[in-house]
Amino acid sequence: MTKHRNSIVFWAGAAVFLIAVLSMTQIVRNEYPFFAGYVILQFIALAVAWSILGGYAGYVNFGTNAFFGVGVYTAVALFKATGAPLVVQIAAAAVVGMTLGFGVGLLTLRMRGIFFSIATIALAIIIETFVMNWRFVGGAAGIQIQRPPVMAPFDSYVKMLFFVQALLVVIAVSIARYIQNSRIGRGLQALRDDELAAECTGVPTLKLKLVACMISGALISAAGAPAAMYLQYADPSSAFNLSYSVSALAMALIGGTAHWIGPVLGAILLGSTQQLLAVTISSEVNVLVLGIMLVLFVVGAPKGIIGLLRPRYRLRAGGKP
Amino acid sequence: MTPAAAPDAPLLQVGAITKTFGGFTALDNISVDIRKGERFGLIGPNGSGKTTLINCISGALRPQTGNVIFCGEDITQLPPHLRARRGIARSFQIPRPFKSMTVLENLMVGLDFAKVDSSLPEEDVAMSILTRMGLASKASAPTGTLSQVELRKMELARAMAVRPKLLISDEAMAGLSSSEVDEVLDLLISLGEEDITIIMIEHIMQAVMRFSERVMCLDAGKIIAIGAPAEVMGNKRVQEAYLGT
Repeated sequence: MTKHRNSIVFWAGAAVFLIAVLSMTQIVRNEYPFFAGYVILQFIALAVAWSILGGYAGYVNFGTNAFFGVGVYTAVALFKATGAPLVVQIAAAAVVGMTLGFGVGLLTLRMRGIFFSIATIALAIIIETFVMNWRFVGGAAGIQIQRPPVMAPFDSYVKMLFFVQALLVVIAVSIARYIQNSRIGRGLQALRDDELAAECTGVPTLKLKLVACMISGALISAAGAPAAMYLQYADPSSAFNLSYSVSALAMALIGGTAHWIGPVLGAILLGSTQQLLAVTISSEVNVLVLGIMLVLFVVGAPKGIIGLLRPRYRLRAGGKP
Repeated sequence: MTPAAAPDAPLLQVGAITKTFGGFTALDNISVDIRKGERFGLIGPNGSGKTTLINCISGALRPQTGNVIFCGEDITQLPPHLRARRGIARSFQIPRPFKSMTVLENLMVGLDFAKVDSSLPEEDVAMSILTRMGLASKASAPTGTLSQVELRKMELARAMAVRPKLLISDEAMAGLSSSEVDEVLDLLISLGEEDITIIMIEHIMQAVMRFSERVMCLDAGKIIAIGAPAEVMGNKRVQEAYLGT
């Protein structure tokens, strides 16, 4: 019963959020809030997507930048080859990200702990090298993108991208929430705690890890797909920048990974702090702030913001109640 | 018709299993049949291969040669979760609870994934198992707060959530006081009475003697004695293995 009511509250919240975003694009004239807001929304989507494998399953993926860059370049290649509309670019990026997640998962998910993390770092480097040598999408020099005309009801492309990214956030969050409340979530939690015990209790651990890796990969690539249109430019070293991995991981951990709301809170907190600092002080201070906050949280609140807010989640995340 | 339909066919047939780790032979050509409904004791000195044998049965390890047949089906190549679904459950020598979950949630994992048809809601089934194990009052406790004996019972309860045909208890009584040993032993014996075949690994001899219908003793990866408990205990080689020559 309460589960049913929770669902209603959740979907109502999602609808209110999207309506608010849409009305904002119609009312606010200044483009800057959308330009900055897009980045925050993008990080929410990344942190939530990351936490499906990194949080629920406990497999720390350092390859967020690989999936992100693959999303960017799927969109770029598709747009250059066929002029496909944005929605097709995003869908294609999700499919490619999911396929990559499957392949990578099959190769690496038998490794545990630090070995898995290192393998995911290597993945990003390999793909980046490939893209650098791919002339069609500009190679190492990057590529300029000419945005197509914007669609109604939006009056600027950035506003439209802001709405699209909000939609991707809602999709990522609802998938993360579904997983958390389903059998899959319980299985992932079990295998995170103890993989052998989970197997012996009937949990198909390899299959669940693969599913988590595919969903996480698809969502990260989808969130990355609009980035080329946003910047009107793409180049390998920014599309595959390791800072995407560090940020997604830091945001998820600072927010807390036992509940989908954790990465959302972490991304809002860190993302907006970064945007604020980038304007008021300098964009270089961002990284410093990220580092300091991560240290503070690791020491002071190892279960993240939600661990501070609700003792219940401190327990779920593995600590003493 | 599967071979399992034959009334006298053993529940579990271990056929000439050999398991080596590098140059070390942990199990050397082990064959044993476990009958349906049997209470089977597995003993042997430390390092004799007991846990390796049940790892080969539950799927945590795969033997180099030989096969494992359960209910007439060759399961030698199956991963542990598929064996669990076919009805092989185990506890661990060192308890391995899902530590971020409550006791009840630990059981829910088994109920969620072992796919047992039941008209009852899963939580009711889990509660009835916990009541059975004397853990009902701890249902919503995090596993970190359990005492040693409660952890042992929870491991058995979680194994029971898989609705096993074969339950393997790996030293469920190690480190318990004698009254706690009796408590856990009574539980295992009562489970045996409801058509669950049980393999019990144990070092506590009184427990083995009281529990087992048949005992097998391993030493250095070989079977040195198998038969009625008193007979095995009286065996000279078994005494040598335990006490040294």
